Amino acid sequence: MARTALTFTLNDAEAAVFVDPGANLIDVLRRGVGDLSPKQGCAQGSCGACTVLIDGVPHLACLTLAETVEGRRVETSGGLADGPDLHPLQKAFMEGFAAQCGFCTAGMLMAARALLDRVPNPSREEVIEAISGNLCRCTGYEPIVDAILAAAQEMQGNRRMMR
Amino acid sequence: MAIHKGRGFAAINYPIGMNLGGDPAQALVHSTPDGKFMVALSAIDLGQGMKSVTRQIAAETIGVPVEDVYVDTADSDTGPHDMGSFASRGTHRVGNAVIRAAAEARKQLLEAAAEELEVNASDLDTDGRGNIHVKGAPGRSITVMETSQAAQFKQGRTLAGRGIFLIPLSGTDPDTGEMTPVSCFAHAALVIDLEVDDETGEVEVTQINSAYEVGRALNPRLVEQQLIGGAWMGVSHALYETTEPYYPDRSHGPVDFNHYVMPGPGQIVPHHIAVLERPAEDAPFGGKGPGEMCANPVLPAVANAVYNAVGVRCDTLPITPEKILRGLRANGGARPQGRR
Repeated sequence: MARTALTFTLNDAEAAVFVDPGANLIDVLRRGVGDLSPKQGCAQGSCGACTVLIDGVPHLACLTLAETVEGRRVETSGGLADGPDLHPLQKAFMEGFAAQCGFCTAGMLMAARALLDRVPNPSREEVIEAISGNLCRCTGYEPIVDAILAAAQEMQGNRRMMR
Repeated sequence: MAIHKGRGFAAINYPIGMNLGGDPAQALVHSTPDGKFMVALSAIDLGQGMKSVTRQIAAETIGVPVEDVYVDTADSDTGPHDMGSFASRGTHRVGNAVIRAAAEARKQLLEAAAEELEVNASDLDTDGRGNIHVKGAPGRSITVMETSQAAQFKQGRTLAGRGIFLIPLSGTDPDTGEMTPVSCFAHAALVIDLEVDDETGEVEVTQINSAYEVGRALNPRLVEQQLIGGAWMGVSHALYETTEPYYPDRSHGPVDFNHYVMPGPGQIVPHHIAVLERPAEDAPFGGKGPGEMCANPVLPAVANAVYNAVGVRCDTLPITPEKILRGLRANGGARPQGRR
C-alpha cells in the first residue's frame, strides 16, 4: 500500500514522516519519529498510558489514526521540560513520589497538563476527573492527585511573579 | 435496605526473602576515574525504590556522597548473580550484598589514599563529602577523585569490591519436619473501616489505619510510597481483581482493562500510617523493607470488616457484591456484628 507523507508539529518542532494507511499515532510517534515518551499500555484505549495532546486536547494515541494529525499540534511528555528545567508537573511528580514503575507517568502528566491549561486552579475532584482515564498500578493515585494540585499551585505562583 | 458500617483487623508477620537455596544476592562495586562509584546488580528496580536504597547503602558504606554513586541493574547475562526482585527481599538481601561489596571497595580506596598521603590506611577516614583525611588532622587530605585517579593511572590498582549475601542453609529435621526457612520478619497491623450496602452488595472502604514495623526506614518517603500504593493494591485484590471469577471454571474471565476491575482515582481511601522502626540485626543498616506485606494484611482485614458489617463470611477472593448478596440471602438478611 502507498505510504502517506505526514507533517505535524511535535512539541514545537516540525515532524515529517511517511506512514502506512491506518497506522496508529502511538506507533508513528514511537517508531516513526522516535519520541519514546508516550507509552503503549493496553493498545485499546483503556489504560491512558499513551495520552498525548492534539491541539491542546488529550487524546489516546493508540486509538488515533496518525493521518488525522496532519498539520496539527501534537504534544507529548517528552516536550514538557525546558532544557534542563523540568516542567512544574514533572517536578511535583518527582518531589511528591508520584511515580513508581513510571509506565503511567507520561500519560498522567499529559492528562494533567491538559487540565491545568484549561483550569489553572482545579479542585481535587477536577483532578480526579481529569486522570480517571489513566490507570496506575503502583501509587494508589493519591500521590499523583496531590502532585497535580501542588503543580497547579506552583504554576499559579509563577504566573503571579511574572505579572 | 441499609448501609452497614464494619471494621476489620488483621496482623501479619511477614518473612523477608526466602531461605530455599540460601537466597543469594551478589553485588559488584568499582570506582571510575572521575571518583564516582558504580554498583552493578542483577536485581531489578520495578519502581519500589531498590536502586535508591542500594545507592544510599553503598554511599554510606564507602563514605562518599550519594550523588557520587550510580546503580546499574544491568541484566542477568552481564551482572552478578541475583535471585531477583521478589519475596520482599530487595532491601535486605541485595542491600547486605552491597554493604559487603562497598566495604571492600572502601578498604581499597583508603589503601590507595594511604599510599598517596604516605600514612597508614587505618589512620584515614572519609568525610562523606568526597574527601579522605588523616584522623585528627583534617588538613592532611586527598579527594576521592584524586585517589581513584592515582589508583587508576599511577598505582595500577582497582578500587573495587565483591559482595554476596547468603542465608545459612537450613536443613529439615527428619523427625519433626522443623526448619528455619526465614531469618528476618517484618510486622504489621491494619484496621479497615468500610460500608456494605445490603441492597447491592457493594463495599466502599472508607478508611485504613495501619502500623508497619519495617526495621529502619532507610528512605522514609519511599517506605510511605510503598505502603500507600500497596494498600491500594490490597483493597483492589480484596474487592475487585480476579482473572477467574468463577474458578475453577475459567469462563467469564476478564479480557481487558474494561473487564478487569480495579479501583480508580475516585476511590482513594484515606490511609493513616505509623511506621515503627526496630532495626533488624542482620539487615543493612537495620532496614528490612516493606515489600509484599504492604498489600497482604489488607485482604483479611477487608474480609473481617465485611463480616463485622453484615455477618457474611467470604472465604474466597475477591469479595464481590454477588458473594455478599448470596451470603445475605443464606443468612436471611444482614446480621451486623457490632463494635467490640
